[in-house]
Amino acid sequence: MKLRLLATAFAAALIVFAGYAALFIAPEELSQIAVSPVQRIFYFHLSAWIVTFTAFFISFVANIAYLSKRAHRWDALGVAGVEVGVMACTIGLVTGPLWGKPVWGIWWTWDARLTTTFIMWLLYISYLLLRGLIEEPARRATLSAVFGIFAFLDVPLVYASNRLWRTQHPQPVIFGGEGSGLDATIAKVLLLCVISLLVVMIPVLIDRYRLELLRHDLGELRFRADTRVADTEAASSAKVQR
Amino acid sequence: MTTTRAAAILLTKELRLEFRTRELLSTTVVFAVVVVVLFSFAFDPTSAESRRYGPGLLWIAFLFSGSLMLNPSFSREHSNQTLDALRMAPVSPFAILLGKMIANFIFLSIAEAVLLPVFGVLYNVSLAAIAGRLVFVVMLGSIGLAVTGTVFSAIAAHARLRELLLPLLLLPVLAPLLIAAVAATASLFAEDPALDRAWVAFLAGFDIVFLTASWLLSDFLFEE
Repeated sequence: MKLRLLATAFAAALIVFAGYAALFIAPEELSQIAVSPVQRIFYFHLSAWIVTFTAFFISFVANIAYLSKRAHRWDALGVAGVEVGVMACTIGLVTGPLWGKPVWGIWWTWDARLTTTFIMWLLYISYLLLRGLIEEPARRATLSAVFGIFAFLDVPLVYASNRLWRTQHPQPVIFGGEGSGLDATIAKVLLLCVISLLVVMIPVLIDRYRLELLRHDLGELRFRADTRVADTEAASSAKVQR
Repeated sequence: MTTTRAAAILLTKELRLEFRTRELLSTTVVFAVVVVVLFSFAFDPTSAESRRYGPGLLWIAFLFSGSLMLNPSFSREHSNQTLDALRMAPVSPFAILLGKMIANFIFLSIAEAVLLPVFGVLYNVSLAAIAGRLVFVVMLGSIGLAVTGTVFSAIAAHARLRELLLPLLLLPVLAPLLIAAVAATASLFAEDPALDRAWVAFLAGFDIVFLTASWLLSDFLFEE
């Protein structure tokens, strides 16, 4: 308990400091990108992507582990990873256009990276919908693990197809390589933001994982209580008949 | 019993079942024609415009009608409680899947064979010169659609709202297939038709990746 409080306080302090660094410490200008205060959103935008991919990868590993080991905790980790990933992906999808409008002049472009992320977001939303629509816990775990693996395999294909497609039809908006020639302070702030968002992700992931385990236990207990009630009812009605 | 033999028996069963009533095929074809007709209101169907939008229109029609058609593949077994009988049969789960995949591929191909000439006539696109290559591209695309669609139909069969859920699961996964198939078809509809090898290879790659994945994961789809 103490450890968790301490960890939460640490994560909160880190994210506040990262926000401060992104807003006030990072220099005004990013190379090649127009000078605008809105560029500061970029520190959290990029970090959100890294969290998204980490979380979906964790979920993919958990899906495979569930299918081979059949331990319930892997299913819980799978759904926790997808939920955290979808949350981070939503942050990325919202912060991106906010930055894109003043800098590119448009909210959205069907560039390979953007399209892939959008499809990925839809895929994992469908994963969560699928879970909500299957009643039996064991079947839900197995089938959603299979779907999770298909979804994860699909992501590189979506990216490759868009990449191939867009190189044949050049886009009006050309993304200046934002990784090229980063200022030292920028790189440090960026690293800080990435680390702090990952540090925030871990307790959220663990909490969601625990919640899923508790939910599973609750389901088991309810089932057992129901069958016990049914048994006693059957027994008493048998007595009355006698 | 070998997997191919079991799959062949299941395939005959699927075909017999369908050709007794032909209800799945007739509804799919009519639905696809409705989609094609409705698209004529979305843009001006002159010959030049049709060349531009035609490939996308065709594949959207194939994908939508396919995702509807694939639904009964497993939900029919589920509602008639015949899935348990299939599960108890001494065949590998992949054989069940493969038999259904081939059956669905055949149904899709029949629907597409009806739809393509209708499309060519309604949108003034002459398909005679590119028929062979077009059939090749359409077949590659349909394999991918039948493979993923059959697996997802098995997944969705156990869920509530399965008719609504299947397109929701299937269509985002098919995004790369749609892009590749549309691009390959567009290269055939161009003034100077040529088969785009990169996209054909991509389509074949998509089919192989998902066929392998369904072979590896088929054991988990049918367990009780």
